Amino acid sequence: MEYLYFPGCTLYTKAKNLDEAGRECARVLGFELRELSNWTCCGATFPLAKDNIMALAPPARILARAKQEGSTVTTLCSVCFNVIKRTNRLIQADVEAREKVNTFIEMDYEGDVQVLHYLEILKRDVGFDGLKTAVKRDLGGLKVAPFYGCMLLRPFEEMEFDDKEAPRIFEEFLEAITCEPVDYPYKIECCGAFQSVGAPEVATECAYAILSSALRSGAEAVTTTCPLCQFNIDSMQKEIREGHNDFPGIPILYFTQLLGLALGLPVEKLDFERNDVDPRPLLREKGLI
Amino acid sequence: MKIDVSRQKVHNEFAQKVEEISGQNLFACYQCGNCTAGCPVAFAMDLGPQQVIRYSLLGLEEEVLESNTFWICASCLQCTSRCPKGLDIARIMEAIRLIILRKKERFDRLEVDELPEEFLERVPQIALISGFRKFSS
Repeated sequence: MEYLYFPGCTLYTKAKNLDEAGRECARVLGFELRELSNWTCCGATFPLAKDNIMALAPPARILARAKQEGSTVTTLCSVCFNVIKRTNRLIQADVEAREKVNTFIEMDYEGDVQVLHYLEILKRDVGFDGLKTAVKRDLGGLKVAPFYGCMLLRPFEEMEFDDKEAPRIFEEFLEAITCEPVDYPYKIECCGAFQSVGAPEVATECAYAILSSALRSGAEAVTTTCPLCQFNIDSMQKEIREGHNDFPGIPILYFTQLLGLALGLPVEKLDFERNDVDPRPLLREKGLI
Repeated sequence: MKIDVSRQKVHNEFAQKVEEISGQNLFACYQCGNCTAGCPVAFAMDLGPQQVIRYSLLGLEEEVLESNTFWICASCLQCTSRCPKGLDIARIMEAIRLIILRKKERFDRLEVDELPEEFLERVPQIALISGFRKFSS
């Protein structure tokens, strides 16, 4: 099986630990992520103003190019997933917007590419039962809090990803790879998103609320699918500690890193040194590396 | 005493502009406050999102534009997801942001040189791009 893959800008640089582990795991699981031959940034925000057609051009161009090379496009990044999937829905439903965007990008795209997230491939095509049988390294019930954030789920009617208040896909994934998913009330909250550049003190409080909640529920680590969430809840722990000196800290892993660990990939392929809070002491303590 | 709260009277130019950019009917809001209750950044806002809607309909444009509510909104869509009237409140916040950013004086909220160098080295593209799309023209 082969899937067209749109990595997005951040996965080529700061989030290599999300990208590389994802590609390696695909090979082990018997599918290939074939990178789109020509792609740009998706814009990193879906335009919320009705008249902001210009911001639809980058995601529309990505989709139109994907159409030339296949019938689906897959992302690992939640923000890219959200922007591209919402743009696709809009192009399908809004004839006027479609015509304007097509005129601007000088392509003819009708919204007929299917936009997928890697987790959906795991659930739908590999299957979580199939994933269970592929596990080579038992993670011994490592207590991991799944952090969904916003972009995978909302708006619910357009993303059609999972239940809007009580999603399960991340928990099912964690169970399949021998982790113990930790339930906590903040799993679908916002990490502060772009406020880490606009109002960092606000984003820091969001991250603090999420991580404290996960810790109170017994989490040993948190996992995400999103490089923006990762930055806000991993790198920004430095800023959290400035305001809350009793905050103990907690490692944040990309879901592909946990997957790679469970599939028995060599540790050097998992780029743990790129995570700001080093997860290796915890993994060593648990005898996992 | 009869009080005239007709659409013509209350529906001022500012509110109309917000409606036009957001594509949302501000009159649908019945002030339940569910948006503020679920908002993860409400603690840092001067006004709750439902107050912004009410102020807009009362013609209190200056009070709305001076509040920080729409700048603090992270577009996480929790309010949109939970609004019992189906209003896309994040779109309303975006519309007010754009009313300011589209003025010819260019009231950008964020400048690259204001960000500390140490932070610029750490911050991923995804945060910078989305940040500048929300805070600059």
